[in-house]
Amino acid sequence: MNTTTLDVTKPQPANLLFWQGLKWGDHLFAALVFATAAVAFGRYRTFMDGYEQAILVGMAFGAIALGWFWKPVRVFLPASGALALIGIGLYGDDLARGQTAFWLKYLLASQSLVMWMCVLFVLATGLYWLGLARRSDTAESIASGLTWAAAGAAMSWFFVRWYESYLIGPDIGHVPVSNLYEVFVLFCLITSLMYLYYEQRFATRRMGGFVLLVISAAVGFILWYSIDRQAHEIQPLIPALQSWWMKIHVPANFVGYGSFALASMLGIAQLLASKGVLASRLPSYDTLGEVMYKAIAVGFLFFTIATILGAMWAADAWGGYWSWDPKETWALIVWLNYAAWLHVRLVKGWRGNVLAWWAVIGLFVTTFAFLGVNMFLSGLHSYGTL
Amino acid sequence: MRFAISLLSIIAIASVIGTVLQQNQPYSNYAIEFGDFWFQPFLWLGLFDVYHTSWFLGILAFLVLSTSLCIYRQSPGVLRDVKHYREQASLKSLRAMPYHSEFDCAQPQEVLTGAQAWLLTQGYRFKQQERTDGLMLAAKKGSMQRLGYLLAHAAIVVICIGGLLDGNLLLKLQEVLGQKEVELRNVPQSQIPERSRLGMGNLSFRGMLELPEGTAGDVVFLNAGRGYFVQELPFTVKLKQFHIEHYSTGQPKLFASDIEVTEKATGKVTAATVKVNHPLVVNGIAIYQSSFGDGGSQLQFAAWDWFGKQVQPQALAAVSQSSQPLSWQGKQRTLEFGDFRAFNIENLGETAQAQGLGKLLQDVRQVKAEKKVKNVGPSIQFKVRDAQGQAREYLNYLAPFEQDGRYYLMSGVRSEVAAPFAFIRIPLDADLQPDTFMRLRATMFDTAAWREVARRTAEKAQRDGAISAPYRQEFEQSLHWVLQRFSEGGFAALESFLDDKVPKDKRQVVAQTYIKLLQGAVIDVMKLAQEQAKQPVIELDETHYRFLMDSLVAISASFDYGSDFYLQPVGFTEVKSSGFQLTRSPGKNLVYLGSLLLVLGIFCMFYIRENRIWVWAGAGKVLLAMSANRRDEQTATEFARHTETLTTLVGRQEDGKT
Repeated sequence: MNTTTLDVTKPQPANLLFWQGLKWGDHLFAALVFATAAVAFGRYRTFMDGYEQAILVGMAFGAIALGWFWKPVRVFLPASGALALIGIGLYGDDLARGQTAFWLKYLLASQSLVMWMCVLFVLATGLYWLGLARRSDTAESIASGLTWAAAGAAMSWFFVRWYESYLIGPDIGHVPVSNLYEVFVLFCLITSLMYLYYEQRFATRRMGGFVLLVISAAVGFILWYSIDRQAHEIQPLIPALQSWWMKIHVPANFVGYGSFALASMLGIAQLLASKGVLASRLPSYDTLGEVMYKAIAVGFLFFTIATILGAMWAADAWGGYWSWDPKETWALIVWLNYAAWLHVRLVKGWRGNVLAWWAVIGLFVTTFAFLGVNMFLSGLHSYGTL
Repeated sequence: MRFAISLLSIIAIASVIGTVLQQNQPYSNYAIEFGDFWFQPFLWLGLFDVYHTSWFLGILAFLVLSTSLCIYRQSPGVLRDVKHYREQASLKSLRAMPYHSEFDCAQPQEVLTGAQAWLLTQGYRFKQQERTDGLMLAAKKGSMQRLGYLLAHAAIVVICIGGLLDGNLLLKLQEVLGQKEVELRNVPQSQIPERSRLGMGNLSFRGMLELPEGTAGDVVFLNAGRGYFVQELPFTVKLKQFHIEHYSTGQPKLFASDIEVTEKATGKVTAATVKVNHPLVVNGIAIYQSSFGDGGSQLQFAAWDWFGKQVQPQALAAVSQSSQPLSWQGKQRTLEFGDFRAFNIENLGETAQAQGLGKLLQDVRQVKAEKKVKNVGPSIQFKVRDAQGQAREYLNYLAPFEQDGRYYLMSGVRSEVAAPFAFIRIPLDADLQPDTFMRLRATMFDTAAWREVARRTAEKAQRDGAISAPYRQEFEQSLHWVLQRFSEGGFAALESFLDDKVPKDKRQVVAQTYIKLLQGAVIDVMKLAQEQAKQPVIELDETHYRFLMDSLVAISASFDYGSDFYLQPVGFTEVKSSGFQLTRSPGKNLVYLGSLLLVLGIFCMFYIRENRIWVWAGAGKVLLAMSANRRDEQTATEFARHTETLTTLVGRQEDGKT
């Protein structure tokens, strides 16, 4: 008994100030991000206005914060970046090399990367389900690896496609978040990364099958949209979209959409578990509810920010921060929906199947705001038509 | 709560209706769409402008009020929570908490000192107090979480107030009180009475100003239900020039207006270029690039006769976006000119379908769109209205349109607004002019020429041995008849004759005979036309033969053209117009402030954990209790850590004693 000595004044690992807990890997990552941002700043400073320069700096800090908060990002971002750099190096200044250079043609051109992403996500979905059915940790850990790889392909796709757009024409180049095809890939990327975070955070891979289902649905859409409609072709930006607002409004929105989609899939898992289906294999009913709540809380914060950014952009582009445009109105409906969801959980203390059902219905509301408005309603925000 | 939820649901449903039902359309459109029976109740409910109906605004106002009340009622409690440590909490209530543990301890005071140091490292603030039953150490962390609740709710109120400031509430009130009245007539703005004009003092507005190049304006029009108001501006906006640029792919790249703003009070002039996403702000009024169009371009036409013997065109001058009367062959018409467009970029598309998997994969890899786009040149759209008020709409292109190496002038016609244009293709001669065709057409409609044409064609047929002498008379009559019949109604006239007079089984053969006769005759019609016009006879080759066949098709189509003249655009001076949106929205900054509060509030509510810890020491015991706004795994872990520390503290003390 008297061997135990604890100096309570000495900080314990759990209560370090955050920078005291940083390891050399964190500092290396930060240095790398800063160096990359500095190179980008040095090279392209003159092509960016003040806002875009600020966004670049902000993104660097954001990436570092993300890497420090969630350690695997320290490997994920540099690896995808390196892959993209190889692709960009192979392109040189000739877009046609995408059809002739072997590595571009089969792996590193943006479209090849998307196809790999699609294949990997579908495979991962299958393996997650196999793991769930057979209680196989091996299958699940492979599935997890495949999901990481798919997310990496999507991340590299983002950079390579950005570069390709400038190869088509200096006036055509723009960040690839400008149309429905591009944001669908973004959706896959964000949703999968968020899932991978929760997978690690809650140390369970048993939710993967469900979350990857919604990503696979998006993959199906991407394939159809690309093969049937040639939506992957890079189009120049119409005047309304030529704004730095796009760089922050769209990604913020997709953090929202991604986490709402993730939450709804967990809602389905929770509902099944409550009926006894897969209950012994899935994480506990309460854990599923907890992850669902966390996802919606993140999504709600980002969705709020995105809607506000959208309003500020609208004030610049359309002459009013709120015009009751169908997209704006549906964003409000989505916002009210999740505000109410969080309200009853936090203030009224609701738990259980009602919230799960509500999250599932929330996906339909969100999907309508995201896709339905573009398909069925006309308005100012008609950028991604089917 | 239940009431608030139902009100929110009503807001949500009304919002959905507002997105599904296109808002602020002309009332006649709704009446047509829904019929009179539904139109009236819909109008009464204000469904055509949901977001500005009094009931919608009323519900919003009520929600703002109830939220404010909620803040008013809650804030003292929240602020008390933020300030206080609850050091007076009773032992009974602490022991009732889900997170609590109790230790036996001889010297509780020393444990408290240790606990203080520990809690400091954990980021807690605390207060220690001596109570009658012992010593109480009350600590807390994350009080901002509670403030988040207030911030988020205050944000909603602030945003709504900002929104109301920028809404048209004041104007509505003035309308209700009868001080202002919406203008329904379509009259020049200078004639609009004071009752429908809004002064410069108007706090907020959002209106449209459309200016042709070279003109200036100092009022904007505010849409209001079925009419509009005129809003005076403290400055004059002059449009010097409007620019439009396209990418090589044909999509628009830039819309920009060079404007000059002259302030009325000071005479200060600001010159600027307003672009989409780059408004100009003058005197707190923002000027946005909103639309563009044709501002009344000067147009020159050659007016050709379709059916008479007239060969030469008449010159006609007009201005787009305006009407003018026209007397043609003694009949009165009105020409209503619409949009003139200097560019028409058409996507000619990829005609090749995907060939197999290889092509498919190639397409999927290719990020550069290989689409053929083409500027098919200027066009003018106009309506021809007859004395009875019936109108047809036309779309005429100025530049020749190439197809398979041959050139045409295109003219589209439609009799219903929603219908697609049916195009007539007027074949052009070697000089890319319609003159040769028009000569052919005039001779075709010249009754006196038919006999001569029939004679020449028959003679040639006899010479070539296609017919023999005894049949020549009959052949000539047939030719004459076919020409006459064709000039009465084109191919349709021949077809209707076949349908009426010829047995079904023979129609095919007879029709082919007619076509052959017509194809033979048209060669001589052309020759005769050239001779009469003292023009050289055109050698009959493949190109000319195609020209003649195209001419027959065009003449035949002219019977469906619905007008007895064709306006060939021959020249223009373009005048563009630019549409601006001008807004004054003093509530904007308030809305942004509210948004900031909202984000802060949401962040505080979800990402700050509010924890309280009590350590009570007395009567040989130490009691540790913890409350948290979130009861999850993380809280449980944290409590376990506190318990462990306290165990050590208590244990060490006992060690010291023994």
